[in-house]
Amino acid sequence: MLDVHDLVVRYGAATALDGVSLRVERSEMVALIGPNGAGKSTLLNTICGLLKPASGTFHLDGRVAQVPEGRQLFAEMSVEDNLRLGAWTIRERDPGRAYALFPPLLELRRRIAGTLSGGEQQMVAVGRALMAQPDLLAVDELSLGLAPMVVDDLAQHLVRLNRDKGMAVLLVEQNARLALELCPRAYVLEAGRIALTGSSQELADSPAVRAAYLGAALDEVV
Amino acid sequence: MQYAASGVATGCAFALVATGFVAIYRVTRVVNFAQGVFAVIAGMLAYTLLGQGVPHVLAEMLAVVAAGAVGVLIGLVAIGRRGTSPLASLIITLGLGIGSYAVLILIWGDQPISYDGFKGNLDVGGVTMQLQYVLVVLLTGLAFVALGLFFDHTYLGRGLTACSSNPRAARLVGIDVTRMGLVAFGLGGGLGGLAGVLLTPMQPVSFNSDVAIAISGFAAAIFGGLLRPGTALVGGLVLGVAEALVAGYGQASLQSGVALVIMLGIMIWQAGRRSIGTDEDIA
Repeated sequence: MLDVHDLVVRYGAATALDGVSLRVERSEMVALIGPNGAGKSTLLNTICGLLKPASGTFHLDGRVAQVPEGRQLFAEMSVEDNLRLGAWTIRERDPGRAYALFPPLLELRRRIAGTLSGGEQQMVAVGRALMAQPDLLAVDELSLGLAPMVVDDLAQHLVRLNRDKGMAVLLVEQNARLALELCPRAYVLEAGRIALTGSSQELADSPAVRAAYLGAALDEVV
Repeated sequence: MQYAASGVATGCAFALVATGFVAIYRVTRVVNFAQGVFAVIAGMLAYTLLGQGVPHVLAEMLAVVAAGAVGVLIGLVAIGRRGTSPLASLIITLGLGIGSYAVLILIWGDQPISYDGFKGNLDVGGVTMQLQYVLVVLLTGLAFVALGLFFDHTYLGRGLTACSSNPRAARLVGIDVTRMGLVAFGLGGGLGGLAGVLLTPMQPVSFNSDVAIAISGFAAAIFGGLLRPGTALVGGLVLGVAEALVAGYGQASLQSGVALVIMLGIMIWQAGRRSIGTDEDIA
């Protein structure tokens, strides 16, 4: 589905990604965790075509759509316009698909996106990405700034999309606990390099991950 | 009332130029200093076409389309290269605007030109209005309605608005923001051209008329913070009437100063309203 090989991305003199390799199989749900500034968003923006790699390759088998960090909605436009614009690159612009997944959006379709609550906005952002009928959904910080209950609800939607529609998901999260819970497999990105990879269970049990990302007390780890 | 009527007509033309500014600025964040050139080129081209025996309406339409094409060309130079900052693009449009003088003089000479618009008068409630004025107002109204429908109810129009609303998100959903900028430049060119063909019968244009036209249009555009076409229309009308009244009751030579004074006043007022610490545009 997605095969990233030895990817290097630079912003001017600064190296954001320094030889990253990563795979997402068809219909797989993979987590990418790591601290702020590790290069997680850079990786997503590169596979979405917004950034050009300095070297290395990535191969994408199908379409990718991104749910960006901070939602990035068209704030002055209606929910329906936001959804329809998500389908810019394809012919089918009927927002019915997004409404089927998120019924509350049907009620909100005439509302101005910027006036919605954070959770509703995130729903619009996911809905807009789905309008492009992606084979891979790249989600950047699903949980950021949202109440736990809202996050749970959105997370269940992602799981269902993955399970029922076979959509591959690459979930970038600072909330490592959530990401490892949702995805069977994960990568840890630190300072532009993949520091660790494995099944989420292995990672969750590893002392390094527990100390750095799961907030385990040090004595508990030792 | 006579003055006001002629003021409304020229105000409409200013409003069209202003909307051209707005269309380009909204999508690209570039203030297009060559905006007045579109009007001059269209006016002169219509003059030549009419001289060649091309009938009215067709000649004006061709001139407007040509101005739109010039708009796309200027856009290509100004924003065609990725990563050009809006400020650099602004300077490019300024340079192209001044550079156009040479081309205009070469083709049309340095004397003002004009052509007859619609002849005849219309008597409305005791006020005699030239048919040309009525035509200008009608066409401007039509243009604004068409623009409103285009921006609000077509997919391309929504795409243009999306670029203005959130350029990053626009790129993310696959909108080619540069191409949308060129569409905006073409639209701005067409709007400027429409103003030009309507204005030329009312006041002759010469190669350097673009400065006065652009200043009036810009003054009207910043009524809405360069972002709202509707407010630009109001701005154009206020400006047109104010200029006509000053010219009528005061001195004609003070006329073009009106736009500058109004523009300064608005900018100072808006700067005062903008709270400290936010550098966002008034949206």
